[in-house]
Amino acid sequence: MSRKLLEIKDLHAGVADRQDKGEILRGLNLEINAGEIHVILGPNGSGKSTLMNVIMGHPKYEVTGGSIAFEGESLQELKTFERTRRGIFLSFQNPEEIPGITVENMLRASRQAVTGKPVKIMKFRKELKAAMEELQIDPEYAGRYMNVGFSGGEKKRNEILQLLLLNPKLALLDETDSGLDVDAVQIVSGGVRRFHNEDNACLIITHNTRILEQLSVDRVHVLMDGQIVEEGGPELIEKIDREGFGFLKQD
Amino acid sequence: MENRNKTFVEDIERTLYDIRNEDRSAYKSQAGLTEDVVRDISARKHDPEWMLERRLESLKVYNSLSLPAWGPDISELNMDEIVTYVQPDAKMAGRWEDVPEDIKSTFDRLGIPEAEKVSLAGVGAQYDSEVVYHSIQESLIQQGVVYTDMETALREYEALVREHFMRLVPPKDHKFAALHGAVWSGGSFVYVPEGVHVEIPLQSYFRLNAAGAGQFEHTLIILEKNSSLHFIEGCSAPKYNVTNLHAGCVELFVGEGARLRYSTIENWSRNMMNLNTKRALVEKDGIIEWVSGSFGSHVSMLYPCSILHGENARCEFTGVTFASKGQNLDTGASVIHAAPYTSANISTRTISKAGGRATYRSAVKVTPNAHHAKCSVNCESLMLDDISRSDTLPVMDIQGDEADIGHEATIGRISEEAVFYLMSRGISEEEARAMIVRGFVEPIAKELPLEYAVEMNNLINIELEGTMG
Repeated sequence: MSRKLLEIKDLHAGVADRQDKGEILRGLNLEINAGEIHVILGPNGSGKSTLMNVIMGHPKYEVTGGSIAFEGESLQELKTFERTRRGIFLSFQNPEEIPGITVENMLRASRQAVTGKPVKIMKFRKELKAAMEELQIDPEYAGRYMNVGFSGGEKKRNEILQLLLLNPKLALLDETDSGLDVDAVQIVSGGVRRFHNEDNACLIITHNTRILEQLSVDRVHVLMDGQIVEEGGPELIEKIDREGFGFLKQD
Repeated sequence: MENRNKTFVEDIERTLYDIRNEDRSAYKSQAGLTEDVVRDISARKHDPEWMLERRLESLKVYNSLSLPAWGPDISELNMDEIVTYVQPDAKMAGRWEDVPEDIKSTFDRLGIPEAEKVSLAGVGAQYDSEVVYHSIQESLIQQGVVYTDMETALREYEALVREHFMRLVPPKDHKFAALHGAVWSGGSFVYVPEGVHVEIPLQSYFRLNAAGAGQFEHTLIILEKNSSLHFIEGCSAPKYNVTNLHAGCVELFVGEGARLRYSTIENWSRNMMNLNTKRALVEKDGIIEWVSGSFGSHVSMLYPCSILHGENARCEFTGVTFASKGQNLDTGASVIHAAPYTSANISTRTISKAGGRATYRSAVKVTPNAHHAKCSVNCESLMLDDISRSDTLPVMDIQGDEADIGHEATIGRISEEAVFYLMSRGISEEEARAMIVRGFVEPIAKELPLEYAVEMNNLINIELEGTMG
């Protein structure tokens, strides 16, 4: 029996501070076990990114019903950084630029925050260099300000770099492959493959099946209007790739 | 760590700076400003006759000028209450052992003797109105470098001082320049001969201990042709409930092909009126680099001015201002392009929080003969809450041909998406905000001497602690 990492039950959530509550997630259920890779597909505006942000505890969103548990413990009262420290990581669709903080300093600060232990500078530098090589990131970028002046593809690779160095239990990948050329998708996908093992899990949002080709997907969920409307194995990816979401709408 | 200090802090803890010594001055002038006071100061300082005349002339100018009609309100300053001259009970010493214990321990706490051992080629330390300590490395003396207090310079280099003193900042410039001319005391004098490069910085530290007093130190630096120097100036004072006044004056003469870096971290207490005037005259191919940090004082008006007088003369200005509760910091820079092919780069960051007000004010002037002048201004402001205020007031007066002038200004708040991004990397909300603020000032911090960069970081941390609630 595999270990349950994430359990979402009847989740309702919307934009906070809005009169109508602008409900985006409307009764969503999802379970992810250690060792698994899950994929969420769905048309634009169906609530995919909202789901990622809500799992991460973005203050912009408010949970109005249901529950999210991580390793059996409710996340409801936890702030974003506390969720990260428990082992959840989000790779952003549009990573923020943080002027004045270098990639190396930022990563060292977050490693220290997540592990709660002091990080040895030289040892960490070596590790960082190795991971950057693997993702084909110019080592000079370690000294550049976080995402400032990076191309779209460089920002995404920088997200995967953080994934490798923080080594979470659950990785949420929000369209990490969008805007990437074929080679870059291969690199990113290779990074995810290296990260993934029996003890952790991935939840991937994508519009492009290429990133999935070299990953062994366990479960596919189709999200429409804030609810999971269809679930299945990897074969569902091919079907949607071929036919679009149209066949689901007719139901 | 997340639990600490969630309440709002009225005034920051500044223990290090706030330790005040008993005021056991040898002599204090009477409060207020009269001809008798000026004559008395002059006599006590054994001024040459011409200096007394200049002081009296300045006093006349002072009485004829009114307060500036622009900028922060300084009407609460009552000159009748300010003691303009406070002579510490100490002779100037060349060894720290000879400085009286309480005064020495003040500078110990500020880390001055330690820095002297590690990273400085010379140190001057002023306490209230007089310099109590001065030193310079022997090797520099042998190269003809002079670094001493203004009083000694007035005796030993009288002709040089007479030629340059208040030539860049004439008393009629504004009311506080005139005040300075009348009651100035202390400060540093530096002379670097042609071709000499002072590789290690010199530092003067100004400490105002007496309550209700004014500090009017004069800094005069002369760099001859193709020489170079890094000069560091620090200032602080303990907090009192009465107004203190700082109206110092800095005059920098940068000769042909010479390069001067002038770094300041000003951390006056929050009862200080800091009305300081700094000006540099830069000859052909010369470079003036200002690095300026303004954190303290109740009101500041500070706009270092660079007069680019020779062809190809250059100015680099890097400044950071942090205004918190009860502070109105009006800072910026001014550049006069007075020759062809002169260039200037002004880059500033201002932060305001807890109702503080920070204004960036600059003036760039290009005279008709200064063709091909190049000037770029970049000022960014960050407001940390809804009750603080930031303003940007750039003025440009371009009369030369083929000028290339650029101005970029942004005023903003901390991006909540950036805070979320950092939090999603495990960093606490408080630390995320501090990181963003530190990142915001990083382009400035990296220009500061190391110990000042560390001090600035500490000041930012102190300022940000308890701002979340």
